[in-house]
Amino acid sequence: MGIKFGVVVFPGSNCDHDAYYSLKKVLGYDVSFLWHKNTSLQNCDVIILPGGFSYGDYLRTGSIARFSPIMNSVIEFANSGGYLIGICNGFQILLEAGLLPGVMLKNKSLQFVCKDVYLSTENYNTIFTKEIPDKEVLKVPVAHGEGNYFADEDTLKDLVKNNRIVFKYTSGSGKVDEENNPNGSVMNIAGIINEKGNVLGMMPHPERSCNSVLGKTDGALIFKSLANSILN
Amino acid sequence: MYKAKVLIRRRASILDPQGKAVEKGALLLGLNNISNTRIDKYIEFTVDTDEEIAAKEEVTTYCKKLLANPIMEDFEFNLEKI
Repeated sequence: MGIKFGVVVFPGSNCDHDAYYSLKKVLGYDVSFLWHKNTSLQNCDVIILPGGFSYGDYLRTGSIARFSPIMNSVIEFANSGGYLIGICNGFQILLEAGLLPGVMLKNKSLQFVCKDVYLSTENYNTIFTKEIPDKEVLKVPVAHGEGNYFADEDTLKDLVKNNRIVFKYTSGSGKVDEENNPNGSVMNIAGIINEKGNVLGMMPHPERSCNSVLGKTDGALIFKSLANSILN
Repeated sequence: MYKAKVLIRRRASILDPQGKAVEKGALLLGLNNISNTRIDKYIEFTVDTDEEIAAKEEVTTYCKKLLANPIMEDFEFNLEKI
């Protein structure tokens, strides 16, 4: 039996097909689209909340998608240990749904940022990062206007203490500093996991970094780590 | 029936880039005494009940769960009988 991924489609999702294509055509996994008005997760092993501008980003990013009918099933799935990845707008939805702590503010630069960034892996001992080679920075693109991660001090302490910061923005040589922070995120945070370790939220787009034709494949390491961990 | 008027403000410690950007416009306009511009949200809607307590409860839930994010925003509202 192979791994089955489910990509949720909200009104305004626009990276759903990128995720579908990379997972199915490039990496060879079984993938289904899951329409946000349905409640069935179709026996998927992993659920992806993709990037985009769900519900037009009205009110706050992710705030309305969080109440789509499928989200009740997704929250239940995650709470019972199911694997869930929120990418970009998907990460914003996870924050609004309370599956991960914190909020996203507008980028400090006031600009929409669309470029390749480098990520350091801060915790190799997660189901999402096991196969990432030690000390290697990942090249993955970002594309967002509101990716400035913010959380109160207690939350940040908890994230640090429990190794829940998974990815940080860095330079190509792995230097974590303000210069290499594309959006002003506190502590250069690019991705975090929940306490149980089964829910990952990240602003960069690993699904756009899977195909060598696009000049980068580091994102595939995340999906492969997860799939191989589940299979083994 | 009530008309609800909700004001949602980002906490002072939270960056307001929109306010900052607009303030740059004020300077370009030649207004040199403007500072601390904050752009927040004003939302109004009707609540279809004649019970004030029920209306308050519903508006509070709406604010807490959807209109405002308690991590970074505070809200206040008033109800006007119509």
